[in-house]
Formats: sequence, structure tokens, C-alpha cells
Amino acid sequence: MKTKANSKPEQMLPLGDIKVQIMAALPGAACEIVPNPGPSGQDSLRVEPASVLAVARFLRDDERHLFDYCSNVTGVDWLDQTVSETVKVAGTDAAGQATELEEKVERVVPGYLEAVYHLYSVAKKTGPLVLRVRTGNRSDDVEIPSLTPLWRSCEFQEREIFDLYGIRFSGHPDLRRLLMWDTFEGHPMRKDYQSPDETLAFATANGKEDV
Amino acid sequence: MAVDPHVTEVDVKALNREGVHVTSLESLYNWGRSNSLWPLQFGLACCAIEMIAATMARHDMARFGAEVFRPSPRQADLMIVAGTVTKKMAPMVVRLYNQMPEPKYVISMGACAISGGPFRDGYNVLNGIDRFIPVDVFIPGCPPRPEALLDGVIQLQEKIRSQKLSGPDRARHADKSACAEYPVPEYGGGDLSPPYNPEIWSPPPPFGSSDEDESEFET
Repeated sequence: MKTKANSKPEQMLPLGDIKVQIMAALPGAACEIVPNPGPSGQDSLRVEPASVLAVARFLRDDERHLFDYCSNVTGVDWLDQTVSETVKVAGTDAAGQATELEEKVERVVPGYLEAVYHLYSVAKKTGPLVLRVRTGNRSDDVEIPSLTPLWRSCEFQEREIFDLYGIRFSGHPDLRRLLMWDTFEGHPMRKDYQSPDETLAFATANGKEDV
Repeated sequence: MAVDPHVTEVDVKALNREGVHVTSLESLYNWGRSNSLWPLQFGLACCAIEMIAATMARHDMARFGAEVFRPSPRQADLMIVAGTVTKKMAPMVVRLYNQMPEPKYVISMGACAISGGPFRDGYNVLNGIDRFIPVDVFIPGCPPRPEALLDGVIQLQEKIRSQKLSGPDRARHADKSACAEYPVPEYGGGDLSPPYNPEIWSPPPPFGSSDEDESEFET
């Protein structure tokens, strides 16, 4: 039996090249590479919500990429972070002379919610390309475009993220809670979620810390 | 056991030797019920696999008269809560229990059904089915082996055989005024509403809150 020579899996282009191609095809797109310093070295591509639909469609349809399969969508909750920085301010030293003094300043980086998409190309046998989309904050500006119109496999996973993290996906055909019941309030996978059982008089009664 | 104050055990033994067996209606009734337990055929998680294994050829629960798993609560008299009860599933479990006819019994099988088990601190798991329905036998394990389930069934049979049909301490099914239905919890904002049935369950006192506890630890 004659067998067709196995098409060799292509190597995925470096993320930097993909970004260059995106910028060339979509000049208005806003995206950046988020480096991963861990052992996997799996860098990811962060796209602004305004341009994510165009970028995703480009990655799916462009002949050089053909990311035809979205295998996984997950949510991440990033809390507010306090970053301490050292800045130089003008002042006077012990002798009374003008000099520059170092001062520690604490700055709060506001938190946000993030949806992470893992894209594969079955046609080209490449992947994964990690696509990140971030919301404006964790409270009222939590709407990002849904990618369900591009990859049908996103539908339930975006519903799950809506349920557990509270990201609203605009353009989703059926955005309802998936795991919790419809009248449930809150989003249990957020880091500041308090389980109602903890309010029962168990370990933390009498104002004491958990032993 | 003396069946009647006028009949002594010696008499009973003498009658037994002649092939005459004397017993009380209560003993006969309980003996029959305890050897014909019909469990409800439903499983919630991995414990159900062990429950199924207990009914199969190797462990053979039929030896103890509990092999007729019924697919309808109307025909069952033993509910084996086998597995993790999520908060979303809890109302259905309580409703199934309510639909079973008296006399009915509950075995809480495995760590999850007893207390929530490894998922106790999760947002979605009920911390023990005994918060909503009365449990007769708890079988610890994660999951319990079929032998443990068989032991639980035998314990339940012993409990059934000791039940009274009359008197102030009679069994629930012999008491017309006893509670036959338990309220089905509803889905609330953050938890089930109510989170437990206060008539049959209450939160344990906080650790080390009472003086008795502390003195116990000091000695």
C-alpha cells in the first residue's frame, strides 16, 4: 500500500514574528508579548480587548497560521498589587547642602481579570499559541469580546469563566452561568471570594484567627 | 430473648427441640424487613463504583438481602448516598428521600457524603448530607471498600432488628405523628437556603469554646 509521506509538523513561528505579521496586517492592533520566565518559556500574546476579534480572525484565517482549534479557555484573577519603588527626591543632607535623597514610594497596580485562550493549528500541526485578554478592572469594567463566533469550542468555557470569574463576554450567543445555579451571587473562583460556610460558627468563631 | 413473660427461655428451647418456633410479631417483622433491603439505585461519585462492586459477584451483597436496587424511590427503602453531594444536587437528594415510602433508611457512604471530604472547603459541595436528611449509618472511607459497605448494611440490619413497633421509643415509621418529609432546600444567593435543616442538624460548637473542652485537654 502506498502511503503518503507524512507531512512533517511545522515549527510554530516565534512569537515575535507572529506579532510583526499581526502588526503588518492590522496596523491598528494593540498587542504585546508577555514573557514567561519559567522553565517552560511559553511566552504569550496579550491583545487589547478592542482589537482581539480582528487579531483572532487573522490568526485563524491567515495562510501562515491557520489556528483552527481553540483547545482551552481559562480565567485568571489578578488582585491589586502594591509595588514599592525607589525614587530620588530633592532634599538637604546633614550638612545643610542640597542633595538628592532616595525615597521609597509604594504604588498600587490595579487588578484585573484575564481570559487565556490556547490556540492550535490542526492543519499545520502547530501550537499552542497563548492569547491573553485583560479586562479594565475587577469590578465594573469586565467586558471583553467573546471569541465564540470564531471558535465554537469557546462557548461553554467562556460561560464557565463568566460563572466563576465574572468576565462578561460581549457577542457570546448564550451567556449564562454554567456550573452554579442561575440565582447564585458572586464568582467563586475569584481570590477574594468568601465561602458561605466560613461564616458558620466553626474555626473562626469569637473573632479568633483560625488555629 | 423471652417472647412473653409467661414463656421462659427454657420453654422456648424445649419447643424448638420439638420443631415449634416461638417468636414475637415484632421480631418476625423486623427480621423480614432487615433481610430484604431494597436500595435506591443512584450514585453521585466514585463511591458509587464501590457500591456497584459490592453488588457484583465477588462481594455479592445479595448474601445480605440487599441486592434489589430499585430505579424508583417509590419502591426503595434504603438510600445509599454514595459520593459527593454538591449544593446543586442536594435538593434532588432530599426530594428523592421524601419520595421514598416509610420505613426508610439512609446510609451516608464515604467522606464526601459525611462531611464534604476533600472538597469540604470548596464553594460547591455540601458539607454532609446529614444537614438535610436523617442518616442511620455513616461509612467512612475515600471511597470505602465494598467490605465496608457490607459492614454498614449489617450494622443497619442490626439497627432495624432492634426497632420497636410500639411504646414511646417506637420507630419513626410506626409513629404517625413523626416527621415524614424533610424540607427541600432552595438555591439561594450564596448558598442553599436554608444551609441546613436546624431541626436535625446544628453547627458544632467552635473548637475550644467551652470550658469543658479546655479542661479535657489540660488533664
